[in-house]
Amino acid sequence: MASIDTHQPALPQPGKEKVPLWQRYTHGHHWRNADDEFDGAKIGIWLFLATEVLLFSGMFCAYALFRLMYPESIAAGSGYLDWRWGGLNTVVLLISSFTIAMAIRNVQLNQQFWARINLLITWLCAAAFLVIKLTFEYIPKWSDGKRPGALFDYPFAQHAHENVWWSIYYVSTGIHATHVIGGMVLIAWLIYRQGKGAYGPTHYTMMEGVGLYWHIVDLVWIFLFPLLYLVH
Amino acid sequence: MTTVDRNLDQLGDHGHHDEGSYLNPKYGPIATVWDWMTTVDHKKIGVMYLFAVLFMFFLGGVAALGLRIELLEPTRIDETGNLTGAALSFLAEGETVSQAAVGQAYNRVMTMHGAIMVFMFIVPGIPASLGNFFLPLMLGAKDVAFPRLNLASWYIYVFGSLFGVFSILMGGVDTGWTFYTPYSTTTTGQPQVIAMVLAAFILGFSSIFTGLNFIVTTHKLRAPGMGWFDMPLFIWAVYSTSIIQVLATPVIGVTLLLLIFERVLQIGIFDPGLGGDPVLFQHFFWFYSHPVVYVMILPAMGIISDVLAVHCRKRIFGYRAIAFSSLAIAAISFLVWGHHMFTSQGELAAMVFSFLTFFVAIPTAVKVFNWIASLYKGSITFTTPMLYVFAFLFLFSIGGLTGLPLGTLSTDLHLHDSYFVVAHFHYVMFGGTVIAFLAGIHHWWPKMFGRMYSEKGGALGCALVFIGFNMTFFTQFFLGTQGMPRRYASYVDEFTLLHQISTYGSLILALGFVVHLVVFLHSLFLGEKAPQNPWGGLTLEWETETPPIEHNFHHEPVLTHGPYDFDEVVPPGWDPKDYPLPEPTPGGHKH
Repeated sequence: MASIDTHQPALPQPGKEKVPLWQRYTHGHHWRNADDEFDGAKIGIWLFLATEVLLFSGMFCAYALFRLMYPESIAAGSGYLDWRWGGLNTVVLLISSFTIAMAIRNVQLNQQFWARINLLITWLCAAAFLVIKLTFEYIPKWSDGKRPGALFDYPFAQHAHENVWWSIYYVSTGIHATHVIGGMVLIAWLIYRQGKGAYGPTHYTMMEGVGLYWHIVDLVWIFLFPLLYLVH
Repeated sequence: MTTVDRNLDQLGDHGHHDEGSYLNPKYGPIATVWDWMTTVDHKKIGVMYLFAVLFMFFLGGVAALGLRIELLEPTRIDETGNLTGAALSFLAEGETVSQAAVGQAYNRVMTMHGAIMVFMFIVPGIPASLGNFFLPLMLGAKDVAFPRLNLASWYIYVFGSLFGVFSILMGGVDTGWTFYTPYSTTTTGQPQVIAMVLAAFILGFSSIFTGLNFIVTTHKLRAPGMGWFDMPLFIWAVYSTSIIQVLATPVIGVTLLLLIFERVLQIGIFDPGLGGDPVLFQHFFWFYSHPVVYVMILPAMGIISDVLAVHCRKRIFGYRAIAFSSLAIAAISFLVWGHHMFTSQGELAAMVFSFLTFFVAIPTAVKVFNWIASLYKGSITFTTPMLYVFAFLFLFSIGGLTGLPLGTLSTDLHLHDSYFVVAHFHYVMFGGTVIAFLAGIHHWWPKMFGRMYSEKGGALGCALVFIGFNMTFFTQFFLGTQGMPRRYASYVDEFTLLHQISTYGSLILALGFVVHLVVFLHSLFLGEKAPQNPWGGLTLEWETETPPIEHNFHHEPVLTHGPYDFDEVVPPGWDPKDYPLPEPTPGGHKH
């Protein structure tokens, strides 16, 4: 378990009026010390990540089943997706994962300005992911009639079960996109709290937790991208 | 005599010296209610959970009685379309109805019973109420790891339950608690079905929050000196339960989400007409719902381990075997879901699942043998909790053993979907979990509310519950083997006698609960004040005041003996009235 890094250069002097919030933080009274609290929070976050993996594993199982049942329909469905948009979104998410990791490092070193910049980039990347997904993928495909299940209305379908492909596509990317939106809310909260000086070298539990969550959102996409976009 | 327990000493700089009981009211009635509604105290949340789940148990129980009363006589419809027989009282007797309408009304009440009992009573049941209250106390902690998450879990539970009740008020659902597709996606009553599925979805979050909280608490907040093998076995059981809750619940989450999409948007993943696969739903559903059977029974087993040891004042036999069997059950539980769907999969898969089903019986049997071995040469006291332990051993063994013919492919061919299955899982779920829950409530009642209850009243209630339960469900084994299928509103005349015995038994069972209710109300208002440690238990919750103070302990407790070191700590011939226990021997702590 990582412990809090205490080897910090140039801690701000605790003056009368300008003691930042993170220095005034005291751990919850039911914990023995701040390290235990931090470790506990991290175990909690990792358990939560496990639930996320299992949530998506349901969709991956459904994907595997239908790929076995209707290989042609799945391959044809994947052919409708443009790997370049998917690839661009992969890059966008990878950058955001990097910047949120940097933001955490920045608060550990008390570089509040750079932490702020990195958090803002992360949030903008998340927004860019959704904009790309909506304008270049969901909206054009939906209006072409490439819709899930009984809503499927695409006149040029090649295979009988392309509607099932679109069900899998919309549900799995939709649940993922919901997680991106959730991440944006959390990152916005981080930006607000960071502006108040809530995070610093001795207290950054919330940033660490949101960072881990954001990585799993990224990681799920890393699996979704090849499974959905790169099928032959 | 003043206290000699070092954990009660008013020593230490950070002690909570002047604190009163957690039950003490605050400045006024409104402030008190507000205090409870916004509390992050695990004890208050545990008590709120206890009342919430018991209320749901009452609702589900009323539905069950409705079913049994309907089944008192076979329902018949004569040539003019008039209903005869002891029909459901809420279906106007004599009115012109069709057989289908009777069946649907029956199915709705049956689903109400099943869904409430599973999602709102038995899954959260023991861990969220007794677990919430006693897990931190037994670990010597001030609270659970994430107190606010704990409160959130309670509110989510209430919110989810409201959806369920709302669904029932709108007319109810006739899908059964399993929501099998394509029936659940095509049956009438769109808003009710969606409300009930959403209820189960929302309740899942509450379950995950509780489980996650308990895992972190067990890892990080044990008292100094308490290693993993110094923990009471109840903690091991709740810990194993929590692992299942955290790992299995997300799968039902995505399944129910897909079901809602299927129902609203017809996405077709479970609809063969659109190329989907209804068996996939069954796999998803049971991948959660079989492990969750162990969410229901594991904490019950934990209660039995602790209550049995205290009330026969003897070191539990095979501590590590019981602890590891909890983990083993949690692990194997994820591999046996296919035995719920023997007929909807290939022969090889059915054989593998049959084998794994026998395999999960082994750690369960390990526990039962260890409990019985623990009784040997113990100083058994026939208190109400201990009577319930004996009831558990008897009923749970029947429930476990009747699971074997259901796990055997050749016999299951005859028995599946019959009353034999109904009887089997009620022997496990009621005879196991509810009986152990009652053992736990009676065991910890004095600690929770600071009052003793009438032992005679408790014993009477226990006797009625035991007799009523066996009358209700033992008959159903016979009905099942004779061919009575489950989930039917009526039956052939030959089954009338057994059905009547079953129905009268359920009324005796209900009477038993009324007796318990009266005993508990009497205890709350007129009960004798409970001593700190009425049973001579050695786990940490008995080392604080009764009821516990707001921060649990006056100062951080120190572990001076193991949870089952009765030989070292309790002198021969000790009587609860001789409280407090003599000072434990230093260094007498071993396994």
